[in-house]
Amino acid sequence: MNPSSFAEANPAGVPPSFRCLPAGAGVGLKPEHYAAVLATRPRLAFFEIHAENYLGAGGPPHRYLSRIREDYPLSVHGVGLSIGSEEGIDEVHLDRLAGLLLRYQPESFSEHLAWSTHGGAFFNDLLPLPYTQETLDRVCAHIDLIQDRLQRRMLLENPSTYVEFAQSSLSEPEFISAVLKRTGCGLLLDVNNAFVSCTNHHRDPHAYLDALPLSRVGEIHLAGFFEDSDADGALLLIDAHGSAVASAVWDLYAYVLARTGPVATLIEWDNDIPAFGRLVEEAGRADACLAAAVAVA
Amino acid sequence: MSAQSGLYRCEAEFAAALLDADNPYPTGLVAWNGSDPAKRFAVYRNNVVSSLSDALADTFPVTRELVGGEFFRAMAHVFIAKTPPRSPVLAEYGDEFPAFIKGFTPAEGVPYLADVAHLEKLYLNAYHAADALPLDDSAFQAALVRTHALHNARVRLHPSMGILRSSHAVFSLWAAHQGVLDLGTVDPSRAEDVLVIRPHWDVLVLPLRPGAGRFIESLFSGLSFGGSNLAATAEQTEFDLVATLADMIRAGVAVAFDFDEENPTCPHHPPSK
Repeated sequence: MNPSSFAEANPAGVPPSFRCLPAGAGVGLKPEHYAAVLATRPRLAFFEIHAENYLGAGGPPHRYLSRIREDYPLSVHGVGLSIGSEEGIDEVHLDRLAGLLLRYQPESFSEHLAWSTHGGAFFNDLLPLPYTQETLDRVCAHIDLIQDRLQRRMLLENPSTYVEFAQSSLSEPEFISAVLKRTGCGLLLDVNNAFVSCTNHHRDPHAYLDALPLSRVGEIHLAGFFEDSDADGALLLIDAHGSAVASAVWDLYAYVLARTGPVATLIEWDNDIPAFGRLVEEAGRADACLAAAVAVA
Repeated sequence: MSAQSGLYRCEAEFAAALLDADNPYPTGLVAWNGSDPAKRFAVYRNNVVSSLSDALADTFPVTRELVGGEFFRAMAHVFIAKTPPRSPVLAEYGDEFPAFIKGFTPAEGVPYLADVAHLEKLYLNAYHAADALPLDDSAFQAALVRTHALHNARVRLHPSMGILRSSHAVFSLWAAHQGVLDLGTVDPSRAEDVLVIRPHWDVLVLPLRPGAGRFIESLFSGLSFGGSNLAATAEQTEFDLVATLADMIRAGVAVAFDFDEENPTCPHHPPSK
């Protein structure tokens, strides 16, 4: 799919495929924080929502989001399209997503390199797939379908994984690079996921990042992990989204920014959600890194 | 697509082992240090089961309080393995949970548990339902004074509305857990009908007078105003239509009256193709 084929213009006159999030720090929008957001109107570059939380017909989620969207750029982040699924994309779900994007005209839409459905069941987790020619063809076909239906370029997020597959014939950066090249989609670089996966599979995170097409990064995610261990007692990091960003991940973030320049950056904190002020504070730390990246550039 | 493809086999094995810990973990998993992949695979199994169990706990907080967190979690695990979500929209997950609870033998000692869960699902449905402007007091009254036409009129109800008619004190039990009623004063075996609705911002949970549940359910099923009144009176001789209508106005239950002579072809329901 050639990205330039997304020619359809939106009411603002800018084709959706060419809009992007501002290169500042944003946070995930949580119902717990609706009132605080409206009361404090914090200086944040954008808010991100999980698409699946806003697919109801009406009610408070839409009312709050509509108000907040008036004042802030918006990123819609899907967690249920199951792009890696062998069973194909759920067209009903894709249509509902298309309706959501039409309604809110977000600056960005992103999804995961993972699968989450099988046999009609939804597992509510981002499950890993082997990296082979077969899965590459499947993922590319699904992203083509999604970008065609949504009439926009999407961002694909690198996963946190806990196992690898003996049958994989491509490395994760090779796989992701090929998907980006073939579909024209951009990269949502989750730096925490990169750190988690590289730790779990005993790889060098810098080499991992260097092997990715960093010029295609449209957004960065930062989050906290949880420390566990595998059957032999080796460190196993879990992508838990329930704590502050680890210092090793901040270091890796700076390493990325030195190569990409400033990029829209999200603080993800989905479990044990802190007071809104704490979240804004964490975003402030990302903003400081972004400012440093500008200074260097 | 080919059911024999490597990807299909891989996902099928993975999926089967996620929901049933008795199934072996998938073949072909490796770890850099040669450690047993079962422990690593268990991270996925735990993510799936605990995140779905948390989702159910969010939707059914009073149900959870009634049986305690540990019991609820065990019950949720059985339900999840049997009835995983069919959609990634988790607000739509759990419609079958009340019926599951009804048949869940270990919960037999709490006979009202299934109905409390049903009430909580109606609450979530109302929260996410389509928005609609209810008839205000004067518009409702204006419809009621058209006494000749009223008997055959149909009343369109708010899209967020749900009714639960229970043989247990489902409203009182729910209210006690919101802190608005003393649980010690609740007789769980008293039958109660409940209305759940979100006319504007907030979801309202309201107890219904005798017969009101039947009246509103009849209207919802498409029965005329007069027919619904007859049905309610037949069920409950003490059915108080005037008081029920006043309750309905306050709760914002009606969004429109359709009078036959205005709408002979019923334009609100276009003929099916």
